[in-house]
Amino acid sequence: MKRVIVFIPFAIAIAIGVFALWGLRADRDPAGIPSMLISKPAPQFDLPSVEGVSVPGFSTADLSGSGGPVLVNVFASWCVPCKAEHAVLTRFAEVNNVTLFGINYKDLPEDASAWLENLGNPYDRIGSDLDGRAGIEWGISGVPETFIVNNEGIVTFRHVGPILSEKAQKQVLAALRDAGLTGENT
Amino acid sequence: MIPELGNLALTLALSVAIVQSFLPMLGASRGNVLWMRSAQTSSILQLVLIFISFAALMRSFIVSDFSVQNVAANSHSLKPMLFKIAGTWGSHEGSLLLWVLILAAFGASVAWFGSNIPDSMRARTLSVQAWISVGFLSFLLLTSNPFERLSPAPLDGNGLNPLLQDFGLALHPPFLYLGYVGFSIVFSFAVAALIEGRIDPAWARWVRPWTLAAWIFLTIGIALGSWWAYYELGWGGWWFWDPVENVSFMPWLVGTALLHSAIVVEKRNALKSWTVLLAILTFSLSLLGTFIVRSGVLTSVHAFATDPARGLYILALLGITIGGSLALYAVKAPKMEPGGLFSPISRESGLLINNLLLTTAAATVLSGTLYPLVLEAITGDKISVGPPYFNASFVPLMLPLIIIAGIGPFLSWKRADLAGIMDRLKWVAGITAIVLLVIWYLNTDGPILGVISISFAAWLLLATLQEWAWRIKLFKAPFSESLRRARHLPRSSYGMTLAHTGLAICIFGFVGSTMWKSESVTFAVPGDRVEIAGYEVVYRGVERVIGPNYTAMQGSLQVFQGGEFVIELNPERRQYSVAGSSTTESAILSTLGGDLYTSISEPAADSAEGKWTLRILFEPLVGFIWLGAAFLALGGIISLLDRRLRIGAPTRSKSAAAISPSPAE
Repeated sequence: MKRVIVFIPFAIAIAIGVFALWGLRADRDPAGIPSMLISKPAPQFDLPSVEGVSVPGFSTADLSGSGGPVLVNVFASWCVPCKAEHAVLTRFAEVNNVTLFGINYKDLPEDASAWLENLGNPYDRIGSDLDGRAGIEWGISGVPETFIVNNEGIVTFRHVGPILSEKAQKQVLAALRDAGLTGENT
Repeated sequence: MIPELGNLALTLALSVAIVQSFLPMLGASRGNVLWMRSAQTSSILQLVLIFISFAALMRSFIVSDFSVQNVAANSHSLKPMLFKIAGTWGSHEGSLLLWVLILAAFGASVAWFGSNIPDSMRARTLSVQAWISVGFLSFLLLTSNPFERLSPAPLDGNGLNPLLQDFGLALHPPFLYLGYVGFSIVFSFAVAALIEGRIDPAWARWVRPWTLAAWIFLTIGIALGSWWAYYELGWGGWWFWDPVENVSFMPWLVGTALLHSAIVVEKRNALKSWTVLLAILTFSLSLLGTFIVRSGVLTSVHAFATDPARGLYILALLGITIGGSLALYAVKAPKMEPGGLFSPISRESGLLINNLLLTTAAATVLSGTLYPLVLEAITGDKISVGPPYFNASFVPLMLPLIIIAGIGPFLSWKRADLAGIMDRLKWVAGITAIVLLVIWYLNTDGPILGVISISFAAWLLLATLQEWAWRIKLFKAPFSESLRRARHLPRSSYGMTLAHTGLAICIFGFVGSTMWKSESVTFAVPGDRVEIAGYEVVYRGVERVIGPNYTAMQGSLQVFQGGEFVIELNPERRQYSVAGSSTTESAILSTLGGDLYTSISEPAADSAEGKWTLRILFEPLVGFIWLGAAFLALGGIISLLDRRLRIGAPTRSKSAAAISPSPAE
């Protein structure tokens, strides 16, 4: 019996070693802790439309019940990565039929409308978050940031930073499909 | 030129370590005294070479030689000299160099002071120490060379993380490493003993001073780290159960168990196999700490810039060291003959229970620390384990330990008289019960665990003092007799009294600052008043001040108590322009009863323009934590000076006796 017991520390050490080895995989990001909102209802907010932009604003209630998921993108005209991301979002809206809502974060209405006029407006609705209140409710860490809210109004996904790389785009689309996205033109 | 010299010295140190890793070992198995003794020369040579290398790196930091990549990345010409020097061990590469320097220093000290250890044992121990040396020197040279050059050299450096530009933190890593790495020599002794197949009271006597020394350093290192977190992070907390804190705490817990079980081996020749296992585990947990901090497998506020290749190398090193030693243990341990028998009520049993509680506590901390990793590996879910888990699992394990720590010193070896001890402790138990009721009455709605903890701490304090009084027959014998006895009490006994007192003091601090903490967070405009714990704090505004390498917004807070002006506190928010980040400098009014802790930070929302976030806390008894830690370390130091640990080391005992005023020696 004792001969077996003395091997226990060795066995535990090996088990810990195996997990540690797993933890070192190159594609693992230990800092990527998901948002507190995941699997929770979207926060309460009510945003007016951006002055000079034709699409309406939106509130929490508008996120659910549209028959599919909503991609909520936090953007601003002063944010350079947003410009790069804009093309990807436009493609999502046109090719993949994604319902796209924008939160215009701490942005002057005239700047925002000029920016959208210049680049085109892929958003179905845009709320103006001039004082950044909604940004705090969503717990954003910077701009751009993107969330997926499913038909029941539950947040299912969060992406920090611009959706640019091939990998990030695939992740977002996969998460959209998981949340019930249909009707894609392939 | 000098950095290249440092690099050369490091390479030479590696070759010396390689020779030392087999020659003395071979000598010990063949009985070749010359080969065995080569270890003494080579370990001292290793120390000299690594010291040259370390000095070369430090010089590059002092003169701000930015052609060295490590200096350019971690230093800046405007940085104060103290932090330039501390920058030597502020980076991954530099701290690893400090790590191997300390490793070599412990090896050399065994070579230098270990003349009471038989040749074969000393040779094997130093060989094992050289195995560790080879592993870490090659890691340093192959993956993290601190002397790498940069061409062209930048005009100025990137600075050091401003959070780390602090006196407490400049000293924290060296002490922590002295503790971590100090346990390496204990590990080497254990592996050497397993190879030799010999563990006896003499072995325990050789090992104990090294364990004690490492434990003292680790205690100081952890205390400095928590003190730094307390006044620098601006949250007023002193322990966050962060993975990096946990990995420094686990070796401390197991090392504390080892300190106690080594006594049983020394006095009674029992618990031998268990003690060897603890010796291996203590250092294994230190290595695990090194791995977790440097590989980035777990998220932590403390992590170094991480690199999977480095992580893999350390993991391989760990696999060989820990796996190898535990396998050796599994093969050799059953062959050890059991030692002296003891009854369930005896000092041995008391120490065994202490050991089981401490190792279980270490195991709960270990599982809490690794659980997120394991869960993510199995289910893919990411979670973090926080204070609620640790408080719920760790604290209840500590409570019986505190009771035992009070009773244990009264127990005699082999078989103790429980009824007699109960009789001696009846007053202590009575006072403890009164303390419990009074605290409970004052805090009917407070957490019951806190009430219990504080009365247990009172129990430990009183029982420890009672034990001392009993040993010297205070008030039972004439005063001169007590004085004579007090003088003749061994220093290890005083060490125990001080350390146990320190633990009790620590617990007062832990519980007081958690249970009766009051806190106020306000958005303040000049003239605002905050009332907290009998103090009135008036916010006067902020002004800009300029430091050597930062600018700061300094708040002005006037503290009044009972209408009387007490002090002006100036918490700061510092902006480091080079690093582009900021730090919080809290301002604290420390009193015996507790700390008034203040910090300021910019308002989070633009709408609150001109209003600063003012955070004021009153933390009762918080200073007791570090006072208690000082007692623990002092107890360790006094115990280290005990005569029995010096026997057979004539050169040291003479010098130590000369500085000691005690006539008992």
